[in-house]
Amino acid sequence: MTATPQPQPSNARITLTVNGEESEVLFASYKTLLEVLREDMNLPGTKHGCELGECGACAVLLDGQPVLSCLVLGVECDGRQVETVEGLMEGNELHPLQEAFADLGGAQCGYCTPGILVTAKHLLEEVGTPSREQIREVLAGNLCRCTGYLQIFESVEEAVVRCGERKADS
Amino acid sequence: MMRLPRFEYRAPRSVQEAATMLAEEGPSGMLLAGGTDLLPNMKRRQQVPRTVIGLRGVPELRASSNGSGLRLGAGLTLNELCRDPRVEKLYPALFQAAVQVATGQLRNMATLGGNLCLDTRCNYYDQNYEWRKAIDFCMKKDGETCWVAPSSSKCLAVSSTDVAPALMALGGIVRLVAADGEREVAVKDLYQNDGIHYLTRRREEILTDVLLEPSAGWRSTYWKLRRRGSFDFPVLSVAAAAHFDGDEVTEARVVLGAVASQPLACDEASAFLVGKQLTDDVIQEAAGLASKVGRPMDNTDFLLHWRKRVIGEFTRYALRELRGEDMTEDRVRIARHQLAAVP
Amino acid sequence: MKGSEFQVVGHPRRRVDGRAKVTGKTVYADDIVMPRMVWMKLLRSPHPHAKILSIDPSRALAHPGVMLVLTGKDLTIPYGILPVSQDEHPLCQDKVRYVGDPVAAIVARDELTAFEAMDLVDVKYEPLRTFAEPEESLQHDEPRIHDYCGQGNIHKLINLQFGDMDKGFGEADEIFEDRFFYQGNNHLALEQHASVAAVDLDGKVTLWSSTQTPHYVHRALAKALEIPAAHIRVIATSNGGGFGAKSDIFHHEVCAAKAALVLGRPVKVCMTREEVFYCHRGRHPVLMEIKTGVKKTGEITAMHLKTLVDGGGYGSYGVASTFYTGALQTVTYDVPRYHFQGCRVFTNKPPCGPKRGHGTPQPRFGQEIQLDKIAERLEMDPADLRLKIVAKPNTVTANYMRIGTIGLAECIRRVVDVSDWKKRFRKLPRGRGVGIACASYLSGAGLPIYWNKMPHSGVQLKLDRSGGVTAFCGCTEIGQGSDDVLVGLVAEVLGIEPFDIRAVTADTDLTPVDLGSYSSRVTLMMGNAAIQAAENARDQIAGVIAKHLEIPRNRLVFADRRVFDAENPEHGVSFQEAVCLSEAKLGTIGAVGSYTPPPSPARYKGGGVGPSPAYSYSAAVAEVEIDEETGWISVPKIWMAHDVGRSLNPTLVRGQVEGSVYMGLGEALMEEQTFRRLPSRLSNALVHKFPSILEYKSPTTHDMCDVVTEIIEDPDPNGPFGAKEVGQGPLLPIMPAVCNAVFDAVGVRIDEVPVTPEKVLKALDLQRRGKEGRYGPEKFPDVPWPNPSVIPPPIEGGDGSAIDQPDSAKKKAKVNQP
Repeated sequence: MTATPQPQPSNARITLTVNGEESEVLFASYKTLLEVLREDMNLPGTKHGCELGECGACAVLLDGQPVLSCLVLGVECDGRQVETVEGLMEGNELHPLQEAFADLGGAQCGYCTPGILVTAKHLLEEVGTPSREQIREVLAGNLCRCTGYLQIFESVEEAVVRCGERKADS
Repeated sequence: MMRLPRFEYRAPRSVQEAATMLAEEGPSGMLLAGGTDLLPNMKRRQQVPRTVIGLRGVPELRASSNGSGLRLGAGLTLNELCRDPRVEKLYPALFQAAVQVATGQLRNMATLGGNLCLDTRCNYYDQNYEWRKAIDFCMKKDGETCWVAPSSSKCLAVSSTDVAPALMALGGIVRLVAADGEREVAVKDLYQNDGIHYLTRRREEILTDVLLEPSAGWRSTYWKLRRRGSFDFPVLSVAAAAHFDGDEVTEARVVLGAVASQPLACDEASAFLVGKQLTDDVIQEAAGLASKVGRPMDNTDFLLHWRKRVIGEFTRYALRELRGEDMTEDRVRIARHQLAAVP
Repeated sequence: MKGSEFQVVGHPRRRVDGRAKVTGKTVYADDIVMPRMVWMKLLRSPHPHAKILSIDPSRALAHPGVMLVLTGKDLTIPYGILPVSQDEHPLCQDKVRYVGDPVAAIVARDELTAFEAMDLVDVKYEPLRTFAEPEESLQHDEPRIHDYCGQGNIHKLINLQFGDMDKGFGEADEIFEDRFFYQGNNHLALEQHASVAAVDLDGKVTLWSSTQTPHYVHRALAKALEIPAAHIRVIATSNGGGFGAKSDIFHHEVCAAKAALVLGRPVKVCMTREEVFYCHRGRHPVLMEIKTGVKKTGEITAMHLKTLVDGGGYGSYGVASTFYTGALQTVTYDVPRYHFQGCRVFTNKPPCGPKRGHGTPQPRFGQEIQLDKIAERLEMDPADLRLKIVAKPNTVTANYMRIGTIGLAECIRRVVDVSDWKKRFRKLPRGRGVGIACASYLSGAGLPIYWNKMPHSGVQLKLDRSGGVTAFCGCTEIGQGSDDVLVGLVAEVLGIEPFDIRAVTADTDLTPVDLGSYSSRVTLMMGNAAIQAAENARDQIAGVIAKHLEIPRNRLVFADRRVFDAENPEHGVSFQEAVCLSEAKLGTIGAVGSYTPPPSPARYKGGGVGPSPAYSYSAAVAEVEIDEETGWISVPKIWMAHDVGRSLNPTLVRGQVEGSVYMGLGEALMEEQTFRRLPSRLSNALVHKFPSILEYKSPTTHDMCDVVTEIIEDPDPNGPFGAKEVGQGPLLPIMPAVCNAVFDAVGVRIDEVPVTPEKVLKALDLQRRGKEGRYGPEKFPDVPWPNPSVIPPPIEGGDGSAIDQPDSAKKKAKVNQP
């Protein structure tokens, strides 16, 4: 029988860099990156809707790539770089994606938003001006039940414009 | 939140070390590559290894090279595969299969080897512990009966890998390494039609590479049926590859995915195509032959009768594409997206 | 005030909680962590229907790390969202009614330990006969799933006849009889329900929960825990989507509070996705039979609707849901005589309840397809037919719903125009088609869930010398933007910026009661209360400032964070100064506003469901493409016009419309909550077919269609600045519009949802064989209907009450059926 108790948890200790800050963290070794972030690093911005890789709410950037943190073992994150929604702002300034999502209705209940934002950020870094089809494809791994996605697409497109404006300003 | 069971984690640095660990651990050790298959199964308590052997620290598994043909490390992620221009240009079936797996985030994690070894799937099996308890479990895990067909003596869980049918059509070979030696097996011989023992890989072997023969003169394609444009596993797929001399087919392989516990080679249909041009009539006839092979069961999305019925239509899509027809519109309609690699 | 004069209302704006949501700082229930917090898991029944013979938690209690196991005997008082259906317990008492029904709560130092201990609670069951389908529940009285109501396994029977039906059908030139089936489905809110309960510093208990209805949870906790409500605090955390899923009282909420009180430690519980499907309260599966009489010219003379509602294992909102399968059928088009029969049965499945549109999408689906068939037979354009029969403004319907404004005709005209309907309908090549459908929906239920004379919504404002304003209201943010509506309206009235206002919401200790985020009630009801409160505050300030500026009050303007003379805008004070002057003169400045809906003309028993201060209207055109070889169906585009009365924040209004279209598309094409029975000779199992977010299919970005949204503004006098609802109504026309488009494309009728390729192909096969190309239910089972209550409709000179209704029943009629 599979749910019967097994040996008491051993803890794991790793060092990882989250949003540019290196930390050492101690956690129960069965935990996924999602649990480590939320429960052991006080970063609850990353959400979960299934914990099985079926919804996209827990997406984070791991070594620069969007992945689902619910299916990454904490013990496999030693020495790696993680970026979560908490790391999108620069100081107190919103990232253009955050601004656009807030302004254009890209976030309603806000629960899928962190996963979408980090995934979209990676897209903008890789492709300066993505097409609607590219946005659609990249966000096909993030379920949203509120918006019908259209205001999300528009928010990403607006963020591209705002990124350009910020560049021009600086 | 669903939690993983407790386990011990080991991180080998080489294939040899991993193979040794696997041998040491015996049946209670399992390999972890991308984690997208094993970890959900562990959370649902379908698979509860005492020891997880993580392969991400094994650099050999991520190498690829092109001597004659192409050698792809089993540890490459599906997105790495999709971004490799050689894969997209020379082995379109593999590209199309890989690019349609799950979602972008999952393709950044899931590996070629992981998808080839993907656990078979079934609506009675891919359920939480509590759910399976409510049906008194099933043959594949903790129970006795195959609820898909209670009189069946073997498990009928469905082979749900996308890349395996594609690689079978392409005539791929895999390399399996154990502590005491290694061997090469054709992808088609990696599988057997049993939902529990679906791999001929021995427990102590590690799938390390995929080898593809040179693609000159070959065309290939992969068509996948699923409800939605992302996330979903295939519930039917058709992979087809043909070698052409002018318009005439000199060699062909048509393979069905997700309609049995292994990918099914449609030998009759493949043989029928040889020596022929892919006219409408020939395609129609071949599609009929392919349809006879598939035996979908009622354990995936969609009704089984319908899945059975559309095998012919999906085979036609594949063969029409092989003869050079522009199938983009049908692709968008069926696959709901453009099959372009994403960054 | 004219639209253009609004400073906040009508302007697209960043919602007030936008920044929190894009920074990941919004706190959802599962984000709460407390010192010494422990974790709870619910052990659920593996049997669909069984007696509990014994529960022995001793092995679990002996497991290291386990602190507490609660069972039914620890919580014996029943509760239920409706006063008439107090049929739930936090943990099952003597029997279980579906796979997933909770029997024990295990609290441990961490969630994994609690999970592991679940297998150590020994429960003995005696399985009972199970009921999977409503037809089975109708056929077999025994064993009863519940024994508190009616007969056998029937939960509720309704028979309401509005007028002389023989006369109505006698006036018809054609009579149409059709049967439809609407499959049940789940809300699939992305956030799984979660709660944290803790004992306060002063010994009272607080529950943070992802709930849409903190007020009702508050009441139920007081009852189930036997603690005065004043000693319980419920805080609704921001909901990660609701759609009705979180508008009931849940086992885990009561159990967490109980466990916190026993242990004196904070207790957290978070559902898995599978458990969310067991919490359910989703769309009821409904079988319908609709008989409609029409004149050659299209006018409806009479309609007879029968619904068979599959309720699942408990009452939940079901009595209301069942009434709703009939109540709004008269509000969209003119139906002079109407007969409604509704029957809800219990089955051994998770309880159904309210989902976006609550009870209304199902009969709307049926009627809109039937209208398409009527138009076909009468050789009319279905858009023209609808335009002809649109219900009239400022009228009372056959079942005594008072309709105020109706923007439906304008919705139809607009959607016909933008979709180029006239050039497409019946003119596209075979395989492609367009379909039209319309709908109406409540802007809030006219009556509360439990009978009382108090307001439905209250708003309290605190103004002080900072110049800032705090708005307190029990309204609950579920993503729809209720905080934004609250703040926007107060800002508009006081002439300040939304950023000057802080919203404190959904906290039973701090905020005045608002009944909750359900029935699309918040914008209208909370909005009116907010305006009243703000006007009250404004009046207090105006009195002081008029004197200060030495001008008449009616010349004062509150705008641009100032209070000034309309005739001499330079002459004025800042808003902050105005508050200071007022505080000096009047003392502490506070203001309240409340809202109670107007009384309904419906005086019959059952007339409490359906009345609303205002109805929203929508019209949609869907385009589909059908592949005739496979039946594969694609929906590339939907055009939608929605009459929202007044658009308070157009960004949010559009978001609600598109979100409704999205969810409607999911229901139309793929979403279904279905169950699997194993072969009865081998197993008693009756399980949810696929309680996962992977196998319960919901549309991804690739599956979503393009949407053209047209907002129609026809301000309703009952709405805040004329606003009506937008969160639910636009979902309703999507499913029938898709089905009607399928008919236009390939000439087959799919009379049920979801519309899958299998069904389309089956209908096409029939068509190819020369038979009627249709997929849908063939018959409606026999139901032991009671004699009808006969209520003469307005055209027969009725007064809203039933004929021969005894006085006691008349009085009872006012005691609402929620």
